[in-house]
Amino acid sequence: MTALAPTVTTARRARPRPDARRQGWIRRAPLLPALVFAIIVTQLPFLVTLYYSLESWSLVRPGSQHFVGLTNYLDVFKDSQFRQTAINTVIMTGGTVIVAMVIGVALALVLDRKFLGRGIVRTLLITPFLIMPVGAALLWKTTMLDSTFGIVNFVLRPFGIGHFDWLSRLPLESVMIEMIWQWTPFMMLLVLAGLQSQPKDILEAASCDGAKPLAIFRELTLPHLRRFIELGVVLGAIYVVNNFDAVYMMTQGGPGISSANLPYYIYQRAFLGFQVGQAAAMGVVVVVATIIVATFALRLIFKTFSGTEQAA
Amino acid sequence: MMARAEQIRTEPGLPTGAAGQPARRRKRRRSNSTAWGIVGWFAAILFFFPVLWMVLTSFKTEAQAYTNTPHVLFSPTLSQYKTVFSSGLWPYVANSAFATIVSTLLVLLLATPCAFALSLRAVKKTRDVLFFFISTKMLPVVAAIIPIYIAARDLHMLDNIFTLVILYTAMNLPIAVWMMRSFFLEVPGELLEAAQMDGAPLRRTLTEVILPVVAPGIAATALICSIFSWNEFFFAVNITATEAATVPVFLVGFISSEGLYFAQLAAAATVATLPVVLVGWVAQRQLVRGLSFGAIK
Repeated sequence: MTALAPTVTTARRARPRPDARRQGWIRRAPLLPALVFAIIVTQLPFLVTLYYSLESWSLVRPGSQHFVGLTNYLDVFKDSQFRQTAINTVIMTGGTVIVAMVIGVALALVLDRKFLGRGIVRTLLITPFLIMPVGAALLWKTTMLDSTFGIVNFVLRPFGIGHFDWLSRLPLESVMIEMIWQWTPFMMLLVLAGLQSQPKDILEAASCDGAKPLAIFRELTLPHLRRFIELGVVLGAIYVVNNFDAVYMMTQGGPGISSANLPYYIYQRAFLGFQVGQAAAMGVVVVVATIIVATFALRLIFKTFSGTEQAA
Repeated sequence: MMARAEQIRTEPGLPTGAAGQPARRRKRRRSNSTAWGIVGWFAAILFFFPVLWMVLTSFKTEAQAYTNTPHVLFSPTLSQYKTVFSSGLWPYVANSAFATIVSTLLVLLLATPCAFALSLRAVKKTRDVLFFFISTKMLPVVAAIIPIYIAARDLHMLDNIFTLVILYTAMNLPIAVWMMRSFFLEVPGELLEAAQMDGAPLRRTLTEVILPVVAPGIAATALICSIFSWNEFFFAVNITATEAATVPVFLVGFISSEGLYFAQLAAAATVATLPVVLVGWVAQRQLVRGLSFGAIK
């Protein structure tokens, strides 16, 4: 609370100072439980992670816990597997979000037209997003991408790709295909909301003036969609970067670590390798990287929100 | 919008020379909309196909599921579902339902007053608080799982459904705060002013003025939180073992213990997925709003 704030309230209400302070707390009271809860459950663990990251500690050897300083961090930066999984994470997140967004925009443009059964088409299109991620990953691993019995290979057989083993030959791509399938509807819904909020009279005016559809799209629709696309990319990235289910279910990060992303790799270190200290150090590195990226993302989100609130 | 455009064009005031034009244009538009329809339906079938195939496979025998040339016509059997339901699915469903319902109620209990204090009776630093909530969503959960696991172990709360309830509440709280705030901001200012002028006490303003406007928002928020809790896997697989395991964990256990049986797996996945799909279909509009943290109405 700044020094200025109470004076303003007291001046307006002409009341003694302590009362104004009490008023301030009454105002704040409703938000405190949520705030305190969020701090305890989400922030405290990170502080503890920070502490663990300075220790050498194997979960399977009781009493092995001791202070080692920054050794774990040195190990993390020397760890070529960590670097590889970091790159995988960037490819997976970037690839999934971009491809899903491109398809999402295309589908949204189709759904913005009137045609027979549009509601059903929309319903069918959002279904992949509603499928439990674990179930979706299993579905793709077995019935879709299985080398012998999968539908994908059956469809591709006329093209000479009969028994392609997707999950071991193109593991990263396979996981991405599954995630793109799940996340395209999300992008589509956001972009569709953007399209439907576009003032139609401008579009009609442009088309009456003889503007070509492509020009209208580029000059009017795309700039209007920009903040919806940005919002979709940021929110999609928040969810996709944390993806664990698809990697765990489809490839277990393999072969080797070729399809492991950071969440999966850290999980492996902590719960299969029992290396608490090292896993914690990796966690901290990821958090720092996330904070850097998120700072930009948050600024963008706020711009978007103030934009929509003005428009509303 | 289409209808309005046509209305303008066929208005009686138009010069008679252009009389033939609207009809032709309408015809072109109709064939155009057929083309868009074909594209739309094609995309829908493509995207929906894996789901359809899952459901079809769940009604097959394993022998029918394992074929080089996929069977489309077959006599459906319910035997896979019988196996799934008799293999101890219900405790998992009960755990999932409990974690979902209780955590969603907790989220609403915490988020609604919080959102109120960030919108209608906005505190100073509202921006900072909002910032804080959404930033917790950005921090990777994997970095928090180790201390959470160790704390749960030391408190003897591993494999306890209440641990999941707490974690799911924290996971959904930021979404709920943002979303509820966007609903509170929709309460018309005049209504509030009028209530204040009449000297209505805050409690009455809350229950009689604000609540009716915000009630659909509470429902929408509950829906989104339920979907995320029902589908959550990472915490569930790490924190639970046998007692508190949820439906996604059940699906995983299915492969490792039974080997890879496509048809059985498809039946289990269908059962696990069905509740959320049905709810999501019914509430498409709220889905958009929830997913965008309330940014899109």
